[in-house]
Amino acid sequence: MRVRIVQLITLLILFTLPFIAQWAGQPFWIDLTTRIVIYGIAAMSLDIILGYGGMVSLGHAMFLGIGAYSMGILTHHSFEGSVVPFLPGEWTGSTSGFVHLAASILASGLLGLVIGLLSLRTVGVYFIMITLAFAQMMFYFFIALPTYGGEDGLNVWSRSEIPGLDLSDSMTFYFVCLGLLCAFWFIARRLVDSRFGGVLRGCKQNEQRLKALGYNTIRYKLIAFTIAGAGAGLAGGLLANLTEFVGPGTMHWTKSGELIVMVLLGGMGTLIGPVLGSAALLLLEEILSGFTEHWMIVLGPILLLVVLFARRGIYGFLAGKEAKDG
Amino acid sequence: MANILKVTNLNKSFGALHATDNLSLEIEEGTIHGLIGPNGAGKTTAINQLSGELMPDRGTIEFDGQDVTHWPIFKRAQFGLQRSYQITSLFPDFTALDNVAIAIQATDGHSFRFWGKAREDKSLIDPAMDILRQVGLDHLAHRPVTDLAHGQQRQIELAMTLATKPKMLLLDEPMAGMGKTESHDMMEVLRPLKGNITILMVEHDMDVVFALADKISVLVRGHCIVTGTPDEIRTNADVRTAYLGEG
Repeated sequence: MRVRIVQLITLLILFTLPFIAQWAGQPFWIDLTTRIVIYGIAAMSLDIILGYGGMVSLGHAMFLGIGAYSMGILTHHSFEGSVVPFLPGEWTGSTSGFVHLAASILASGLLGLVIGLLSLRTVGVYFIMITLAFAQMMFYFFIALPTYGGEDGLNVWSRSEIPGLDLSDSMTFYFVCLGLLCAFWFIARRLVDSRFGGVLRGCKQNEQRLKALGYNTIRYKLIAFTIAGAGAGLAGGLLANLTEFVGPGTMHWTKSGELIVMVLLGGMGTLIGPVLGSAALLLLEEILSGFTEHWMIVLGPILLLVVLFARRGIYGFLAGKEAKDG
Repeated sequence: MANILKVTNLNKSFGALHATDNLSLEIEEGTIHGLIGPNGAGKTTAINQLSGELMPDRGTIEFDGQDVTHWPIFKRAQFGLQRSYQITSLFPDFTALDNVAIAIQATDGHSFRFWGKAREDKSLIDPAMDILRQVGLDHLAHRPVTDLAHGQQRQIELAMTLATKPKMLLLDEPMAGMGKTESHDMMEVLRPLKGNITILMVEHDMDVVFALADKISVLVRGHCIVTGTPDEIRTNADVRTAYLGEG
Protein backbone atom coordinates (compact mmCIF):
# COMPACT_ATOMS: atom_id res chain seq x y z
CA MET A 1 0.00 0.00 0.00
CA ARG A 2 2.71 2.47 1.06
CA VAL A 3 4.71 1.48 -2.01
CA ARG A 4 1.81 2.47 -4.25
CA ILE A 5 1.40 5.80 -2.44
CA VAL A 6 5.10 6.64 -2.81
CA GLN A 7 5.00 5.76 -6.51
CA LEU A 8 1.85 7.76 -7.05
CA ILE A 9 3.18 10.84 -5.24
CA THR A 10 6.43 10.64 -7.21
CA LEU A 11 4.49 10.61 -10.46
CA LEU A 12 2.18 13.38 -9.27
CA ILE A 13 5.12 15.62 -8.43
CA LEU A 14 6.76 14.91 -11.77
CA PHE A 15 3.54 15.70 -13.62
CA THR A 16 2.79 18.95 -11.80
CA LEU A 17 6.31 20.37 -11.41
CA PRO A 18 6.54 22.15 -14.78
CA PHE A 19 3.21 23.87 -14.12
CA ILE A 20 4.48 25.00 -10.74
CA ALA A 21 7.67 26.22 -12.40
CA GLN A 22 5.67 28.20 -14.90
CA TRP A 23 3.44 29.65 -12.23
CA ALA A 24 6.46 30.61 -10.13
CA GLY A 25 8.06 32.24 -13.16
CA GLN A 26 11.10 29.96 -12.98
CA PRO A 27 11.36 28.32 -16.42
CA PHE A 28 14.83 27.08 -15.50
CA TRP A 29 13.18 24.59 -13.15
CA ILE A 30 11.68 22.84 -16.13
CA ASP A 31 15.13 22.18 -17.59
CA LEU A 32 16.34 20.90 -14.24
CA THR A 33 13.35 18.58 -13.88
CA THR A 34 13.86 17.36 -17.45
CA ARG A 35 17.46 16.55 -16.54
CA ILE A 36 16.23 14.65 -13.48
CA VAL A 37 13.81 12.63 -15.60
CA ILE A 38 16.44 11.82 -18.25
CA TYR A 39 19.06 10.75 -15.70
CA GLY A 40 16.23 8.90 -13.97
CA ILE A 41 15.79 6.74 -17.08
CA ALA A 42 19.54 6.07 -17.22
CA ALA A 43 19.73 5.23 -13.51
CA MET A 44 16.65 3.00 -13.79
CA SER A 45 18.28 1.10 -16.65
CA LEU A 46 21.40 0.64 -14.53
CA ASP A 47 19.20 -0.62 -11.69
CA ILE A 48 18.05 -3.52 -13.87
CA ILE A 49 21.57 -4.95 -13.96
CA LEU A 50 22.94 -3.51 -10.72
CA GLY A 51 19.96 -3.78 -8.40
CA TYR A 52 18.35 -6.92 -9.82
CA GLY A 53 21.19 -8.74 -11.56
CA GLY A 54 24.01 -7.83 -9.17
CA MET A 55 26.25 -6.67 -12.01
CA VAL A 56 28.25 -3.64 -10.91
CA SER A 57 29.01 -1.91 -14.18
CA LEU A 58 31.29 1.10 -13.94
CA GLY A 59 30.83 1.89 -17.59
CA HIS A 60 27.14 2.58 -17.89
CA ALA A 61 27.61 6.20 -18.97
CA MET A 62 29.18 4.82 -22.14
CA PHE A 63 25.69 3.84 -23.29
CA LEU A 64 24.39 7.27 -22.34
CA GLY A 65 27.13 8.75 -24.53
CA ILE A 66 26.47 6.39 -27.45
CA GLY A 67 22.79 7.27 -27.33
CA ALA A 68 23.65 10.96 -27.31
CA TYR A 69 26.15 10.65 -30.16
CA SER A 70 23.66 8.63 -32.23
CA MET A 71 21.24 11.51 -32.11
CA GLY A 72 23.95 14.14 -32.53
CA ILE A 73 25.68 12.47 -35.45
CA LEU A 74 22.48 11.91 -37.42
CA THR A 75 21.46 15.54 -36.93
CA HIS A 76 24.99 16.70 -37.82
CA HIS A 77 24.97 14.83 -41.15
CA SER A 78 21.46 15.94 -41.90
CA PHE A 79 22.45 19.59 -41.52
CA GLU A 80 25.70 19.18 -43.41
CA GLY A 81 24.07 17.08 -46.09
CA SER A 82 26.97 14.65 -45.80
CA VAL A 83 26.82 10.85 -45.85
CA VAL A 84 26.79 8.90 -42.58
CA PRO A 85 29.95 6.74 -42.62
CA PHE A 86 30.04 2.98 -41.92
CA LEU A 87 26.45 2.50 -43.06
CA PRO A 88 25.40 1.00 -46.39
CA GLY A 89 23.91 3.37 -48.95
CA GLU A 90 24.09 7.12 -49.18
CA TRP A 91 22.12 8.04 -46.11
CA THR A 92 22.59 11.64 -45.04
CA GLY A 93 21.23 11.31 -41.53
CA SER A 94 17.87 12.43 -40.28
CA THR A 95 16.22 14.96 -38.02
CA SER A 96 13.22 12.74 -37.27
CA GLY A 97 12.67 12.02 -33.58
CA PHE A 98 11.53 8.48 -34.34
CA VAL A 99 14.72 7.75 -36.26
CA HIS A 100 16.79 9.28 -33.45
CA LEU A 101 14.97 7.25 -30.85
CA ALA A 102 15.50 4.02 -32.80
CA ALA A 103 19.14 4.84 -33.52
CA SER A 104 19.96 5.68 -29.90
CA ILE A 105 18.30 2.52 -28.60
CA LEU A 106 19.67 0.20 -31.28
CA ALA A 107 23.25 1.50 -31.24
CA SER A 108 23.60 1.33 -27.47
CA GLY A 109 21.75 -1.99 -27.24
CA LEU A 110 24.03 -3.50 -29.85
CA LEU A 111 27.08 -2.15 -28.07
CA GLY A 112 25.69 -3.60 -24.83
CA LEU A 113 25.40 -6.99 -26.48
CA VAL A 114 29.00 -6.95 -27.68
CA ILE A 115 30.50 -5.58 -24.47
CA GLY A 116 28.35 -7.88 -22.38
CA LEU A 117 29.60 -10.86 -24.38
CA LEU A 118 33.18 -9.84 -23.69
CA SER A 119 32.86 -8.81 -20.05
CA LEU A 120 30.24 -11.10 -18.51
CA ARG A 121 32.70 -13.99 -18.35
CA THR A 122 34.22 -12.13 -15.44
CA VAL A 123 32.62 -11.40 -12.07
CA GLY A 124 33.12 -9.08 -9.12
CA VAL A 125 36.03 -6.66 -9.23
CA TYR A 126 37.13 -7.91 -12.65
CA PHE A 127 33.73 -7.11 -14.10
CA ILE A 128 33.90 -3.61 -12.62
CA MET A 129 37.34 -3.09 -14.13
CA ILE A 130 36.52 -4.45 -17.57
CA THR A 131 33.35 -2.36 -17.93
CA LEU A 132 35.36 0.67 -16.80
CA ALA A 133 38.05 -0.14 -19.34
CA PHE A 134 35.57 -0.38 -22.24
CA ALA A 135 33.93 2.89 -21.24
CA GLN A 136 37.28 4.68 -21.08
CA MET A 137 38.23 3.23 -24.46
CA MET A 138 35.06 4.64 -25.95
CA PHE A 139 35.67 7.96 -24.18
CA TYR A 140 39.13 8.32 -25.73
CA PHE A 141 37.86 7.08 -29.07
CA PHE A 142 35.45 10.00 -29.31
CA ILE A 143 38.11 12.42 -28.05
CA ALA A 144 40.34 11.27 -30.89
CA LEU A 145 37.59 11.53 -33.50
CA PRO A 146 37.89 14.95 -35.18
CA THR A 147 34.94 14.33 -37.52
CA TYR A 148 32.56 14.73 -34.60
CA GLY A 149 34.35 17.48 -32.74
CA GLY A 150 36.82 15.40 -30.76
CA GLU A 151 37.36 16.82 -27.33
CA ASP A 152 35.16 19.85 -28.04
CA GLY A 153 32.13 17.76 -28.83
CA LEU A 154 29.43 18.42 -31.34
CA ASN A 155 26.74 21.07 -31.40
CA VAL A 156 23.27 19.78 -32.10
CA TRP A 157 21.68 22.44 -34.27
CA SER A 158 18.09 21.56 -33.50
CA ARG A 159 16.07 19.19 -31.40
CA SER A 160 14.51 16.07 -32.91
CA GLU A 161 11.42 16.58 -35.01
CA ILE A 162 8.22 14.77 -34.19
CA PRO A 163 5.16 15.59 -36.30
CA GLY A 164 2.65 17.57 -34.28
CA LEU A 165 5.01 18.27 -31.39
CA ASP A 166 7.39 21.15 -30.93
CA LEU A 167 10.28 19.75 -28.91
CA SER A 168 12.02 23.10 -28.75
CA ASP A 169 9.25 24.09 -26.35
CA SER A 170 10.67 23.02 -23.00
CA MET A 171 7.26 22.07 -21.59
CA THR A 172 6.48 19.78 -24.53
CA PHE A 173 9.93 18.26 -24.43
CA TYR A 174 9.59 17.64 -20.71
CA PHE A 175 6.38 15.70 -21.15
CA VAL A 176 7.88 13.61 -23.94
CA CYS A 177 10.74 12.69 -21.58
CA LEU A 178 8.32 11.96 -18.75
CA GLY A 179 6.19 9.81 -21.06
CA LEU A 180 9.25 7.81 -22.08
CA LEU A 181 10.26 7.44 -18.43
CA CYS A 182 6.82 6.02 -17.62
CA ALA A 183 6.96 3.68 -20.63
CA PHE A 184 10.41 2.44 -19.71
CA TRP A 185 9.36 2.04 -16.09
CA PHE A 186 6.36 -0.05 -17.13
CA ILE A 187 8.49 -2.26 -19.40
CA ALA A 188 11.19 -2.66 -16.76
CA ARG A 189 8.58 -3.53 -14.11
CA ARG A 190 7.11 -6.26 -16.30
CA LEU A 191 10.60 -7.48 -17.08
CA VAL A 192 11.76 -7.89 -13.48
CA ASP A 193 8.47 -9.53 -12.46
CA SER A 194 8.57 -12.04 -15.32
CA ARG A 195 10.14 -15.49 -15.40
CA PHE A 196 13.19 -13.88 -16.92
CA GLY A 197 13.26 -11.40 -14.04
CA GLY A 198 13.14 -14.23 -11.51
CA VAL A 199 16.27 -15.72 -13.01
CA LEU A 200 17.92 -12.29 -13.06
CA ARG A 201 17.19 -11.76 -9.35
CA GLY A 202 18.54 -15.23 -8.71
CA CYS A 203 21.80 -14.26 -10.44
CA LYS A 204 22.34 -11.57 -7.84
CA GLN A 205 21.55 -13.77 -4.86
CA ASN A 206 23.17 -17.07 -5.73
CA GLU A 207 24.36 -17.57 -9.28
CA GLN A 208 26.07 -20.88 -8.50
CA ARG A 209 22.77 -22.35 -7.33
CA LEU A 210 21.06 -21.25 -10.56
CA LYS A 211 23.72 -23.02 -12.60
CA ALA A 212 23.30 -26.13 -10.47
CA LEU A 213 19.56 -26.01 -11.19
CA GLY A 214 20.27 -25.98 -14.92
CA TYR A 215 20.35 -22.30 -15.89
CA ASN A 216 22.94 -21.06 -18.33
CA THR A 217 23.07 -17.84 -16.32
CA ILE A 218 25.39 -15.90 -18.62
CA ARG A 219 22.72 -15.72 -21.33
CA TYR A 220 20.22 -14.17 -18.95
CA LYS A 221 22.78 -11.68 -17.72
CA LEU A 222 23.71 -10.80 -21.29
CA ILE A 223 20.13 -10.03 -22.26
CA ALA A 224 19.68 -7.89 -19.15
CA PHE A 225 22.92 -6.08 -19.91
CA THR A 226 21.76 -5.39 -23.46
CA ILE A 227 18.38 -4.08 -22.33
CA ALA A 228 20.03 -1.87 -19.72
CA GLY A 229 22.39 -0.52 -22.38
CA ALA A 230 19.46 0.25 -24.68
CA GLY A 231 17.66 2.05 -21.84
CA ALA A 232 20.67 4.24 -21.13
CA GLY A 233 20.95 4.89 -24.87
CA LEU A 234 17.38 6.18 -24.89
CA ALA A 235 18.29 8.53 -22.05
CA GLY A 236 21.39 9.62 -24.01
CA GLY A 237 19.32 10.54 -27.07
CA LEU A 238 17.08 12.68 -24.86
CA LEU A 239 20.08 14.26 -23.15
CA ALA A 240 21.50 15.35 -26.51
CA ASN A 241 18.16 16.98 -27.23
CA LEU A 242 18.07 18.75 -23.89
CA THR A 243 21.57 20.21 -23.98
CA GLU A 244 21.69 20.52 -27.78
CA PHE A 245 25.26 19.36 -27.50
CA VAL A 246 27.07 16.02 -27.35
CA GLY A 247 30.58 15.56 -26.03
CA PRO A 248 32.83 12.80 -24.75
CA GLY A 249 32.33 14.10 -21.22
CA THR A 250 28.95 12.34 -21.16
CA MET A 251 30.69 8.97 -21.10
CA HIS A 252 33.48 9.85 -18.71
CA TRP A 253 33.80 7.31 -15.92
CA THR A 254 32.76 9.85 -13.30
CA LYS A 255 29.37 9.95 -15.05
CA SER A 256 29.10 6.18 -14.60
CA GLY A 257 29.94 6.76 -10.96
CA GLU A 258 27.17 9.34 -10.70
CA LEU A 259 24.68 6.83 -12.11
CA ILE A 260 25.74 4.28 -9.47
CA VAL A 261 25.36 6.96 -6.78
CA MET A 262 21.84 7.70 -8.05
CA VAL A 263 20.90 4.03 -7.81
CA LEU A 264 22.38 3.64 -4.32
CA LEU A 265 20.95 6.90 -3.06
CA GLY A 266 17.48 6.21 -4.41
CA GLY A 267 17.34 2.49 -3.60
CA MET A 268 18.79 -0.52 -5.41
CA GLY A 269 16.41 -2.99 -6.94
CA THR A 270 13.36 -0.73 -6.80
CA LEU A 271 13.28 0.84 -10.32
CA ILE A 272 11.54 4.06 -9.23
CA GLY A 273 14.12 4.54 -6.46
CA PRO A 274 16.90 5.50 -8.89
CA VAL A 275 14.63 8.23 -10.27
CA LEU A 276 14.37 9.61 -6.74
CA GLY A 277 18.15 9.21 -6.52
CA SER A 278 18.55 11.18 -9.72
CA ALA A 279 16.36 13.94 -8.27
CA ALA A 280 18.26 13.93 -4.99
CA LEU A 281 21.70 14.08 -6.59
CA LEU A 282 20.89 16.73 -9.18
CA LEU A 283 19.00 18.89 -6.70
CA LEU A 284 21.82 18.62 -4.15
CA GLU A 285 24.27 19.62 -6.85
CA GLU A 286 22.08 22.52 -7.91
CA ILE A 287 21.56 23.86 -4.41
CA LEU A 288 24.97 23.17 -2.90
CA SER A 289 27.02 24.32 -5.86
CA GLY A 290 25.46 27.74 -5.27
CA PHE A 291 27.30 27.90 -1.96
CA THR A 292 30.55 26.15 -2.75
CA GLU A 293 32.21 24.44 -5.67
CA HIS A 294 33.25 21.67 -3.28
CA TRP A 295 29.67 20.48 -2.93
CA MET A 296 30.84 16.85 -3.09
CA ILE A 297 32.08 17.30 0.50
CA VAL A 298 28.45 17.40 1.60
CA LEU A 299 27.34 14.66 -0.75
CA GLY A 300 29.97 12.23 0.58
CA PRO A 301 28.66 11.98 4.17
CA ILE A 302 25.05 11.84 2.96
CA LEU A 303 25.85 8.94 0.68
CA LEU A 304 27.75 7.25 3.50
CA LEU A 305 24.75 7.55 5.82
CA VAL A 306 22.36 6.19 3.18
CA VAL A 307 24.56 3.20 2.38
CA LEU A 308 25.12 2.45 6.07
CA PHE A 309 21.59 2.90 7.38
CA ALA A 310 19.13 2.68 4.52
CA ARG A 311 19.69 -0.37 2.39
CA ARG A 312 17.02 0.66 -0.06
CA GLY A 313 17.91 4.31 -0.06
CA ILE A 314 15.37 7.11 -0.20
CA TYR A 315 12.74 4.79 -1.61
CA GLY A 316 13.24 2.32 1.23
CA PHE A 317 13.02 5.17 3.73
CA LEU A 318 9.74 6.39 2.25
CA ALA A 319 8.10 3.06 1.54
CA GLY A 320 9.23 1.28 4.69
CA LYS A 321 9.37 -2.48 4.93
CA GLU A 322 7.30 -3.01 1.81
CA ALA A 323 10.15 -1.63 -0.28
CA LYS A 324 11.78 -5.02 -0.02
CA ASP A 325 10.51 -6.72 -3.14
CA GLY A 326 13.09 -9.44 -3.61
CA MET B 1 19.13 -52.85 -13.25
CA ALA B 2 21.55 -50.89 -15.39
CA ASN B 3 24.15 -48.50 -14.10
CA ILE B 4 23.06 -44.87 -14.43
CA LEU B 5 26.41 -43.42 -13.43
CA LYS B 6 29.80 -44.82 -14.30
CA VAL B 7 32.96 -43.08 -13.16
CA THR B 8 36.24 -44.37 -14.54
CA ASN B 9 39.71 -43.52 -13.21
CA LEU B 10 38.87 -40.00 -12.13
CA ASN B 11 41.85 -37.87 -11.04
CA LYS B 12 42.07 -34.38 -9.63
CA SER B 13 45.03 -32.68 -8.02
CA PHE B 14 45.34 -29.32 -6.27
CA GLY B 15 49.08 -28.68 -6.37
CA ALA B 16 50.69 -31.51 -4.45
CA LEU B 17 47.37 -32.72 -3.00
CA HIS B 18 45.98 -35.64 -4.97
CA ALA B 19 42.36 -35.09 -3.93
CA THR B 20 40.86 -37.67 -6.28
CA ASP B 21 43.07 -40.63 -7.01
CA ASN B 22 41.92 -43.04 -9.71
CA LEU B 23 38.36 -43.01 -8.46
CA SER B 24 36.09 -45.52 -10.15
CA LEU B 25 32.46 -45.91 -9.21
CA GLU B 26 29.36 -47.55 -10.62
CA ILE B 27 25.92 -46.67 -9.40
CA GLU B 28 22.87 -48.71 -10.17
CA GLU B 29 19.70 -46.98 -11.31
CA GLY B 30 17.07 -46.42 -8.63
CA THR B 31 19.31 -47.15 -5.67
CA ILE B 32 20.55 -45.03 -2.81
CA HIS B 33 24.32 -45.16 -2.77
CA GLY B 34 26.25 -43.90 0.25
CA LEU B 35 29.68 -42.31 -0.07
CA ILE B 36 31.56 -42.28 3.21
CA GLY B 37 35.12 -41.78 4.34
CA PRO B 38 37.19 -39.95 6.93
CA ASN B 39 37.58 -36.16 6.86
CA GLY B 40 39.62 -34.99 3.89
CA ALA B 41 39.00 -38.17 1.92
CA GLY B 42 37.88 -36.05 -1.06
CA LYS B 43 34.15 -36.73 -0.93
CA THR B 44 33.03 -33.19 -1.74
CA THR B 45 35.74 -32.90 -4.41
CA ALA B 46 34.33 -36.04 -6.00
CA ILE B 47 30.77 -34.67 -5.88
CA ASN B 48 31.94 -31.38 -7.40
CA GLN B 49 33.43 -33.24 -10.34
CA LEU B 50 30.31 -35.33 -10.85
CA SER B 51 28.09 -32.24 -10.80
CA GLY B 52 30.39 -30.31 -13.12
CA GLU B 53 31.62 -27.60 -10.78
CA LEU B 54 35.15 -28.96 -11.01
CA MET B 55 36.70 -30.40 -14.13
CA PRO B 56 38.74 -33.56 -13.52
CA ASP B 57 42.37 -33.74 -14.66
CA ARG B 58 41.85 -37.21 -16.07
CA GLY B 59 39.16 -39.88 -16.25
CA THR B 60 35.61 -40.07 -17.55
CA ILE B 61 32.12 -39.63 -16.15
CA GLU B 62 29.30 -41.40 -17.93
CA PHE B 63 25.74 -40.51 -16.97
CA ASP B 64 22.64 -42.13 -18.42
CA GLY B 65 24.49 -43.34 -21.49
CA GLN B 66 26.24 -40.03 -22.21
CA ASP B 67 29.84 -39.03 -21.65
CA VAL B 68 29.28 -35.90 -19.57
CA THR B 69 32.92 -35.44 -18.49
CA HIS B 70 33.28 -32.08 -20.22
CA TRP B 71 29.73 -30.79 -19.85
CA PRO B 72 29.22 -27.60 -17.86
CA ILE B 73 27.19 -27.84 -14.69
CA PHE B 74 23.96 -26.36 -16.10
CA LYS B 75 23.92 -28.82 -18.97
CA ARG B 76 24.29 -31.80 -16.63
CA ALA B 77 21.56 -30.35 -14.43
CA GLN B 78 19.20 -30.02 -17.40
CA PHE B 79 20.00 -33.59 -18.32
CA GLY B 80 18.81 -34.74 -14.90
CA LEU B 81 21.88 -34.76 -12.68
CA GLN B 82 21.08 -32.47 -9.76
CA ARG B 83 22.96 -31.68 -6.59
CA SER B 84 22.49 -30.16 -3.16
CA TYR B 85 25.16 -28.43 -1.13
CA GLN B 86 26.83 -29.18 2.19
CA ILE B 87 26.37 -25.55 3.19
CA THR B 88 22.74 -24.65 2.49
CA SER B 89 22.52 -22.84 -0.83
CA LEU B 90 19.24 -21.00 -1.39
CA PHE B 91 17.99 -17.67 -2.76
CA PRO B 92 17.88 -15.66 0.47
CA ASP B 93 15.64 -12.81 -0.78
CA PHE B 94 12.98 -15.22 -2.01
CA THR B 95 10.17 -16.94 -0.15
CA ALA B 96 10.16 -20.71 0.23
CA LEU B 97 7.68 -20.91 -2.63
CA ASP B 98 9.77 -18.70 -4.92
CA ASN B 99 12.79 -20.87 -4.27
CA VAL B 100 10.98 -23.99 -5.39
CA ALA B 101 9.23 -22.17 -8.24
CA ILE B 102 12.50 -21.05 -9.78
CA ALA B 103 13.67 -24.65 -9.65
CA ILE B 104 10.53 -25.77 -11.50
CA GLN B 105 11.03 -22.98 -14.01
CA ALA B 106 14.49 -24.41 -14.74
CA THR B 107 12.94 -27.52 -16.26
CA ASP B 108 9.96 -25.84 -17.88
CA GLY B 109 11.65 -25.04 -21.17
CA HIS B 110 13.67 -21.85 -21.34
CA SER B 111 13.04 -18.82 -19.17
CA PHE B 112 13.22 -16.17 -21.86
CA ARG B 113 9.74 -15.00 -21.06
CA PHE B 114 9.83 -11.30 -20.47
CA TRP B 115 6.26 -10.21 -19.94
CA GLY B 116 3.95 -12.42 -17.86
CA LYS B 117 4.10 -12.15 -14.09
CA ALA B 118 5.98 -15.16 -12.74
CA ARG B 119 4.38 -14.88 -9.28
CA GLU B 120 0.91 -15.27 -10.79
CA ASP B 121 1.90 -18.13 -13.07
CA LYS B 122 -0.17 -21.18 -12.11
CA SER B 123 2.08 -23.54 -14.05
CA LEU B 124 4.87 -22.64 -11.60
CA ILE B 125 2.99 -22.03 -8.36
CA ASP B 126 0.85 -25.19 -8.33
CA PRO B 127 3.63 -27.73 -8.82
CA ALA B 128 5.82 -25.76 -6.39
CA MET B 129 3.13 -26.07 -3.73
CA ASP B 130 2.87 -29.80 -4.43
CA ILE B 131 6.59 -30.21 -3.85
CA LEU B 132 6.46 -28.20 -0.63
CA ARG B 133 3.59 -30.42 0.53
CA GLN B 134 5.75 -33.46 -0.25
CA VAL B 135 8.44 -32.23 2.15
CA GLY B 136 5.83 -31.02 4.63
CA LEU B 137 6.58 -27.31 4.43
CA ASP B 138 3.56 -26.01 2.51
CA HIS B 139 2.41 -24.00 5.55
CA LEU B 140 5.62 -21.93 5.32
CA ALA B 141 5.36 -21.30 1.56
CA HIS B 142 5.11 -17.51 1.76
CA ARG B 143 7.75 -16.95 4.41
CA PRO B 144 11.18 -15.67 3.39
CA VAL B 145 13.56 -18.63 3.47
CA THR B 146 15.89 -16.73 5.80
CA ASP B 147 13.12 -16.88 8.46
CA LEU B 148 13.09 -20.67 8.37
CA ALA B 149 14.91 -22.98 10.77
CA HIS B 150 18.10 -24.63 9.58
CA GLY B 151 16.49 -28.03 9.14
CA GLN B 152 13.63 -26.51 7.16
CA GLN B 153 16.10 -24.71 4.91
CA ARG B 154 17.81 -28.03 4.24
CA GLN B 155 14.45 -29.48 3.28
CA ILE B 156 13.74 -26.55 0.96
CA GLU B 157 17.04 -27.21 -0.73
CA LEU B 158 16.11 -30.85 -1.24
CA ALA B 159 12.68 -29.76 -2.46
CA MET B 160 14.36 -27.58 -5.09
CA THR B 161 16.39 -30.45 -6.46
CA LEU B 162 13.27 -32.66 -6.49
CA ALA B 163 11.31 -29.93 -8.29
CA THR B 164 13.53 -30.32 -11.34
CA LYS B 165 12.41 -33.97 -11.67
CA PRO B 166 15.98 -35.28 -11.73
CA LYS B 167 17.11 -38.74 -12.74
CA MET B 168 19.81 -38.64 -10.11
CA LEU B 169 20.59 -36.59 -7.03
CA LEU B 170 24.01 -35.85 -5.60
CA LEU B 171 23.41 -35.01 -1.95
CA ASP B 172 26.37 -33.51 -0.12
CA GLU B 173 25.67 -34.14 3.57
CA PRO B 174 21.92 -33.54 3.52
CA MET B 175 21.79 -33.93 7.31
CA ALA B 176 24.61 -31.47 8.04
CA GLY B 177 23.93 -29.53 11.23
CA MET B 178 20.56 -31.18 11.87
CA GLY B 179 19.14 -32.40 15.15
CA LYS B 180 17.80 -35.95 15.67
CA THR B 181 14.18 -35.15 14.85
CA GLU B 182 15.10 -33.02 11.87
CA SER B 183 17.28 -35.69 10.34
CA HIS B 184 14.52 -38.21 11.01
CA ASP B 185 12.11 -35.99 9.04
CA MET B 186 14.64 -35.74 6.25
CA MET B 187 14.99 -39.52 6.13
CA GLU B 188 11.23 -39.86 5.74
CA VAL B 189 11.44 -37.55 2.73
CA LEU B 190 14.33 -39.45 1.17
CA ARG B 191 13.13 -43.02 1.77
CA PRO B 192 10.16 -42.99 -0.63
CA LEU B 193 12.43 -41.72 -3.41
CA LYS B 194 14.12 -45.09 -3.54
CA GLY B 195 13.35 -46.81 -6.83
CA ASN B 196 12.37 -43.55 -8.55
CA ILE B 197 15.42 -41.38 -8.25
CA THR B 198 18.98 -42.59 -7.98
CA ILE B 199 20.78 -40.94 -5.09
CA LEU B 200 24.46 -40.62 -4.33
CA MET B 201 24.73 -39.37 -0.79
CA VAL B 202 27.75 -38.15 1.13
CA GLU B 203 26.86 -38.26 4.81
CA HIS B 204 28.68 -38.25 8.13
CA ASP B 205 25.73 -39.55 10.13
CA MET B 206 26.41 -43.31 9.89
CA ASP B 207 22.99 -44.25 11.26
CA VAL B 208 21.41 -42.47 8.31
CA VAL B 209 23.73 -43.97 5.72
CA PHE B 210 23.38 -47.52 6.98
CA ALA B 211 19.59 -47.18 7.30
CA LEU B 212 19.01 -45.74 3.82
CA ALA B 213 21.74 -46.93 1.50
CA ASP B 214 21.55 -50.02 -0.70
CA LYS B 215 25.25 -49.85 -1.39
CA ILE B 216 28.08 -47.96 0.25
CA SER B 217 31.44 -46.91 -1.14
CA VAL B 218 34.29 -45.98 1.16
CA LEU B 219 36.64 -43.23 0.05
CA VAL B 220 40.11 -42.93 1.53
CA ARG B 221 42.63 -40.34 0.27
CA GLY B 222 40.69 -39.85 -2.94
CA HIS B 223 40.50 -43.54 -3.75
CA CYS B 224 37.55 -45.91 -3.39
CA ILE B 225 38.82 -48.77 -1.25
CA VAL B 226 35.63 -50.82 -1.20
CA THR B 227 32.02 -50.88 -2.35
CA GLY B 228 29.44 -53.18 -0.79
CA THR B 229 26.15 -53.60 1.03
CA PRO B 230 25.84 -51.96 4.47
CA ASP B 231 26.49 -55.33 6.13
CA GLU B 232 29.62 -55.97 4.12
CA ILE B 233 30.96 -52.49 4.92
CA ARG B 234 30.20 -52.86 8.63
CA THR B 235 32.36 -55.93 8.90
CA ASN B 236 35.12 -54.90 6.48
CA ALA B 237 38.55 -54.79 8.13
CA ASP B 238 39.99 -52.13 5.77
CA VAL B 239 37.13 -49.77 6.55
CA ARG B 240 37.72 -50.12 10.27
CA THR B 241 41.40 -49.39 9.78
CA ALA B 242 40.65 -46.32 7.70
CA TYR B 243 38.24 -44.89 10.24
CA LEU B 244 40.27 -45.69 13.31
CA GLY B 245 43.48 -44.54 11.66
CA GLU B 246 45.42 -47.72 12.32
CA GLY B 247 48.09 -49.16 10.02
